[in-house]
Amino acid sequence: MTLDCLGRPCPVPVIELAKAIVTVEVGAVLTVLSDDPAARIDIPAWCRMRDQEYLGEEPRPAGSAYLVRRSS
Amino acid sequence: MPGPVHLDAAAAVPLHPAARAALLAALEDGWADPSRLYGSARRARRLLDGAREAFAEALGARPDELHFTASGTAALQQGISGVLASRRRTGSHVVHSAIDHSAVLRAVADGTSVPVDRLGRVDVDAFEAALRADTALACLISASHEVGTLQPVSEVAALCEARGVPLLVDAAQSVGRVPLPPGWSLLAASAHKWGGPPGVGVLAVRTGVRFTPAPAGPPDVPSIAAAAAGLLAVLQESAAEDARLRPLVDRIRTRVAETVPDVEVVGDPVRRLPHLVTVSCLYVDGEALLTALDREGFAVSSGSSCTADTVEPSHVLAAMGVLTHGNVRVSLHRDTTASDVDRFLDVLPRVVAALRAEAGVDRL
Repeated sequence: MTLDCLGRPCPVPVIELAKAIVTVEVGAVLTVLSDDPAARIDIPAWCRMRDQEYLGEEPRPAGSAYLVRRSS
Repeated sequence: MPGPVHLDAAAAVPLHPAARAALLAALEDGWADPSRLYGSARRARRLLDGAREAFAEALGARPDELHFTASGTAALQQGISGVLASRRRTGSHVVHSAIDHSAVLRAVADGTSVPVDRLGRVDVDAFEAALRADTALACLISASHEVGTLQPVSEVAALCEARGVPLLVDAAQSVGRVPLPPGWSLLAASAHKWGGPPGVGVLAVRTGVRFTPAPAGPPDVPSIAAAAAGLLAVLQESAAEDARLRPLVDRIRTRVAETVPDVEVVGDPVRRLPHLVTVSCLYVDGEALLTALDREGFAVSSGSSCTADTVEPSHVLAAMGVLTHGNVRVSLHRDTTASDVDRFLDVLPRVVAALRAEAGVDRL
């Protein structure tokens, strides 16, 4: 599942991630597309606070893709 | 409703009564150009010399090692440019922590940024590894202005000395609050952080450090005299203020964690400034939070205050890897009472809950 948050400022990408994570199976990977510079810090921080697994960041033509695995 | 409560001491504190009295007296007696050779000029000169001696004693420097500037930012800029101009043959490389003030980061073209841990404390081994043969200067903030974490200045000073690299310590948040760590080569501070007037910065440069001073116009004698009087008064009060404010910050750290869901209290809980604490609230927009708190009568700042004109998150919070949104920095001063803090602790959970409900994120 991919969440397109391009053009949307923080904390929107983290909010969308939090809303979506409960809709996928444990073990599934969510991708958040964001060009907000705060997402690079806040998505891993959210994963740490919420015990979800942050898999890393991949550059995309616009912004970056942040990968999160639902682990709880 | 009670008047607004200023909880942004880390930006500026109200003028200390001793500074106010000295300012008014010095406006009467210190208006002349102290470099001239007549009575009023000599009175201004005496005021300036007295202020210089007070600064020197307070900072652990010699009077002739002091340069007055228009701000703490200018002191940092002149410290950096003054050393780089004199050490060209060594190089132009500067080592600084990732959480130094944005004035340092902006003034450095060829720099290595040394990482910090989750609590915001710089990695001493990485700092040492970053020093090169062409390193002309090292910079370290004495304590983070955004999260309050004290830095290992003495350790860093020792390894800089061993490598012959001068160390510029940004002590803006520490002067008048905590003892200054020894070992600095240059030290920068700002009077309105301790209750002096705005518009006075000071740069101390140890004798023997190769340094090119910036050209200076006539000094603002009344403001410098007021800053010195404020500093002396604040130093006399600092032990008592530390004992009073430290538990209030502990109370904020504990209570916010208990009463605000999904909150991160950041910075070192122990090795920290006595008067400053920063928290981040998940899913909350920082600007909306500051505006809502302002409406409730509390002036606080966001950790991203220095860079609020950009969309970049606070470089300090980013370097620590902690949440950058929903961020509030609370910093206390001599006029802050326990009941101010208690009222803030009553208001904050309500304000955060209302903003979350409004944004539809209260059940996430």
